[in-house]
Amino acid sequence: MKGKGLAALVLVLGLVAGCGNNGGSSSGPSSSSSSGGASDSASSSGKVIKIATQSPLSGGSSIQGEAIKLGAQLSMEDHREEFSKLGYSLELVPYDDQGDPKKGVANAEQIGADQAIAGVIGHLNSGVSIPSSVVYEKYNIPMISPASTATEFTDRKLKVANRVVARDDFQGPAGAEYAVKTLGAKNIFVIQDKTAYGQGLAEAFRDAAQKAGATIAGYEGITVGEKDFNGVLNIVQSKKPDFIFFGGMYAEAGLIVKQARDKGITAPFMGGDALDSSGMVEIAADDVVGTLYSSVAVDITKSDSGKAWADKYNQKYGKNPEGYSGYAYDSMSVMLAAIKKSIEDNGGKLPARDKIRDAVRATKDFEGVATKVTFDEIGDNSYAKVFIYKFESASYPGNMISEVSQ
Amino acid sequence: MGKIKSALLNNKIAQAGLLAVFVLVTAAAVYLMDKSVVAFLLLLGSLLLLYYTTFSNTVKWIVAGVLLIAVIPFATSGGPSYDAYMEVATQCGIYIAMALGLNIVVGFAGLLDMGFVAFFAVGAYTYGIFATGQANNFISGELFPLSGGTFWIFILIGGFMAGLFGILLGLPVLRVKGDYLAIVTLGFGEIIRIIFNNLEKPVNITNGAMGLSSIQPPNLFGFQFTFPHQFYFIVLAILGIVIFAVRRLEHSRLGRSWKAVRENEIAAQSMGIPLIRTKLTAFAIGASFSGMMGVVFAAKQTFIDPTSFTLVESTTILVMVVLGGMGSVPGVILGASLVTILHLQVLTEFTNWLNQLSMQGVINVPTALSPAKMQRLIFGLILILVAIFRPNGLISAKNRKVSLDRAHEQHSASSNAASLNK
Amino acid sequence: MISSILQTLPQVLIDGLALGAIYAVVALGYTMVYGILELINFAHGEIFMTGAFVGTSVLLLFQSFGWLGGMPAWISYLLIILIAMMFTGALGVGIERVAYRPLRKAPKLISLISAFGVSFVLQDVVRFIAELKTGNYIVSSHSLFNQRITLGTSSLGSIFGDATIKSNTIIILIVALLLMVGLDLFVNRTRWGVAMRAVAQDRETASLMSINVNKVIVLTFFIGSALGGATGVLFAQQYGTIDPYIGFILGMKAFTAAVLGGIGNIRGAIFGGFVIGILEMFASSNLGILTSGNFGAEYKDVFAFMILIIVLIFKPEGLFGKAVKEKV
Repeated sequence: MKGKGLAALVLVLGLVAGCGNNGGSSSGPSSSSSSGGASDSASSSGKVIKIATQSPLSGGSSIQGEAIKLGAQLSMEDHREEFSKLGYSLELVPYDDQGDPKKGVANAEQIGADQAIAGVIGHLNSGVSIPSSVVYEKYNIPMISPASTATEFTDRKLKVANRVVARDDFQGPAGAEYAVKTLGAKNIFVIQDKTAYGQGLAEAFRDAAQKAGATIAGYEGITVGEKDFNGVLNIVQSKKPDFIFFGGMYAEAGLIVKQARDKGITAPFMGGDALDSSGMVEIAADDVVGTLYSSVAVDITKSDSGKAWADKYNQKYGKNPEGYSGYAYDSMSVMLAAIKKSIEDNGGKLPARDKIRDAVRATKDFEGVATKVTFDEIGDNSYAKVFIYKFESASYPGNMISEVSQ
Repeated sequence: MGKIKSALLNNKIAQAGLLAVFVLVTAAAVYLMDKSVVAFLLLLGSLLLLYYTTFSNTVKWIVAGVLLIAVIPFATSGGPSYDAYMEVATQCGIYIAMALGLNIVVGFAGLLDMGFVAFFAVGAYTYGIFATGQANNFISGELFPLSGGTFWIFILIGGFMAGLFGILLGLPVLRVKGDYLAIVTLGFGEIIRIIFNNLEKPVNITNGAMGLSSIQPPNLFGFQFTFPHQFYFIVLAILGIVIFAVRRLEHSRLGRSWKAVRENEIAAQSMGIPLIRTKLTAFAIGASFSGMMGVVFAAKQTFIDPTSFTLVESTTILVMVVLGGMGSVPGVILGASLVTILHLQVLTEFTNWLNQLSMQGVINVPTALSPAKMQRLIFGLILILVAIFRPNGLISAKNRKVSLDRAHEQHSASSNAASLNK
Repeated sequence: MISSILQTLPQVLIDGLALGAIYAVVALGYTMVYGILELINFAHGEIFMTGAFVGTSVLLLFQSFGWLGGMPAWISYLLIILIAMMFTGALGVGIERVAYRPLRKAPKLISLISAFGVSFVLQDVVRFIAELKTGNYIVSSHSLFNQRITLGTSSLGSIFGDATIKSNTIIILIVALLLMVGLDLFVNRTRWGVAMRAVAQDRETASLMSINVNKVIVLTFFIGSALGGATGVLFAQQYGTIDPYIGFILGMKAFTAAVLGGIGNIRGAIFGGFVIGILEMFASSNLGILTSGNFGAEYKDVFAFMILIIVLIFKPEGLFGKAVKEKV
């Protein structure tokens, strides 16, 4: 009898869990029956176009992940009017990939199953973008990444994979060129965090620096999540380099800078676009001064239109845009422009996904707030640039001091 | 209520009718609705219902087979969410096989293994390395990637490699006991992950943190497996073999030796059970199930990297076994399904729903409290609550009662070993 | 090769001592609980982490009240450590009451699983609070003592390089030493210490000798956890940045230290902590040099776990423990 009771209990539990969940799916797919969400135009038209974002909304890079979601959301708000004239309402479906490839792929399957989703903005991490893009390819859903820089992402020549930012084999060498040519670094120590991102960047930097004539004093790995980097720094100290490059995230970079200065290592310190975060200043405090980082993201406030955009962002969300916000905004704008164009070409009806996919890839000379966008045949942005920043004081963001184009 | 229950228990026709109606209604609901997670879960629940009927085992197996092979794939194929459902079902199957493997080690043989995901990784990398160009780095002749047709052989090779690693890990077991073993296996799991993460020099074997991408999908006489609803049948077939093997093993001579070792090592040894060999086979067989599913996982994801094989993953599998009932095969299957569905479907959908609500301004949930992030909290609570209130899990193993009493005696007999003096 | 190893040796030793002191005090918590209950308190690493967070939030609180300027730094340091100790001590007692006591008679496997569960719950609860309060689970604070002192170790001989030491490192060593000596005196010289040792040796007989076993167990958890919490504060002050996941791997290494010194043995745990700390620092500084770049610092955790496995296989009673035969 006990067993029976248990079975009933489990079923009831399942029901309860399912109910909440059904409510959940009602906001997702039920959009076919106009959910209360897209209140303004959904009722008038009934036809919904959904765009998904996939980025880590939880975990270590949730700041950047959230920025991607918000940037995309802002662009969608701006284009809502345009689409309601065409008879469509827009809806954003944010997914949390947790920076985990498995989660990203599982989400991608769910996105693929939802016929109303026309495109994906994401992911942040290359390690998640690469496997997920395989799933999108199966369903012909175009994706535009505002942040993934690994070469592998577009090198597989998928029809769906696009990005608006520069590749690692452009970012790394651009940093190396600045370090060797402009700063005159001769003896460089390279540290990386043994993740797909850190290693890819560090290797690209190392090879380019060697080619430019510098010697590599050492090449060491650290463990993500550690707090004590004295071991590696002891090696650095014994090698006496005149420049240190780090491929990895800001949490480790901040600690390495701080502990290096504690040890009396004064060589200039440079990192990749992951250092483009306010967390860097929080962790390293005053020791951050003088630290350089290369970034694929422009300082958007440098131009007048960008400044106006940043103000709008701030007004809407109550915080300043992060480095990727503008790129997420542009990615969404490119996506929506392509969808709009394919609707117009199709006589006012939403065409099949593969038509949208090709329209995205055909994007030419699109003027965004952060970058101009033209996708080449494998989905890389021909206008992508790399920028060099420097923390002149202990405040975020650093100052943009150089700009490298392809 | 009680009367209805007993009437039902004695009347097989009523049971069959009830089950048939339940399956029909839920299947129809899944087929007709666009996407209803509740209907899908209830349809899966029919398997649980089936378990509690009083039919003979053969009948149960046949009905379950029909449900899994025909009814569920057909019912889900109705809507656009076909592959989303099938993805969940496939992942369920993968985790069930792993949990059954761990169950042999923890449940049958009583050896707490906290690094179980290492074997999954071994299986996945075995296929991943040879089904991409990676193997060209250390084997000359540009033979790789091997074609997807070799996938079927690699299921066996992956299982074998994982079994080999199981024996390797098992060797320290000869000396280490009880809770020390938990720590050693935990350390072993971490060592394997760190090594996979760093083995791109001096010889590039695993491609380190960059992972292996573009892994060949399986291929059978020119037919390519890429979608979840195709992998579902591969997983189902392997799972069938695994369940069959586990049930046979449980009641074999070997299975009884495992349980004897679990209850009392010294007594078992004095009864003539070879301690070392018994423990090693538990490790090897458990690991090989996990390794086989690793191969399937690699082929399904087409991309693997060391972040898929962390400690949290090992814990997830342990939670499945503990929740379902250590040593109980149906329990472990239930536990694995519940945890996978909770993680993949319920939490994700619930979070999406909350996100949607907060975007519409109905409620404001801070992202810190998003349910999808609560995995650790939920797993932790499950472990504590099950340990305290239901140490035998949801469906307890049949001959468990005896063992608990004995464990008490043994515990109190040896509860005064270490001392705090200097 | 040798020369470059010697060159950094003074610095490696200093960094290793700081790390080792932290391992040693955390190891005490494992060793005490194991001695009494024969239970690996998996959650101990998380108690250490909670201590770090409590200490940091108290520091930030002081800062927001502007109290830091008003009193000498060492008084606020002491206050923070005491508050964190009280908090984590109480937390440890609570955990024992909720998650371990109901299982005292259950098979070991079950209590181990419960301990594992507690560790997960603590990680997530701390993350909730940190994320709700600061928006990010990585929390930074400034160090109260961060002067840098250069030691002229090169004057010992030209083969050695100079070493730098942070004033906080000195504080870590002093506080850790005080805690260890205090605990040693407590266990060996006081009535409660005698009771504790009696319970560890034989719980049933001790209870016959009118020792309140439950009280002793609660006290053990309180002291062990308070020590863990205090170390958490030292850690947060030393590195300035903490997250909810610092406890787990650090706990594993501290446990290794406890095993190395012979579990249940207080002086052994202290010794083990320093050995592991220095070995780890040495490995991460020199592995690359020793293997000519093939295996670098990224393998240092493999190194630590290897020590654990090797000790458990070949000398499970540790360097200073007594071998115990299992009774049937």
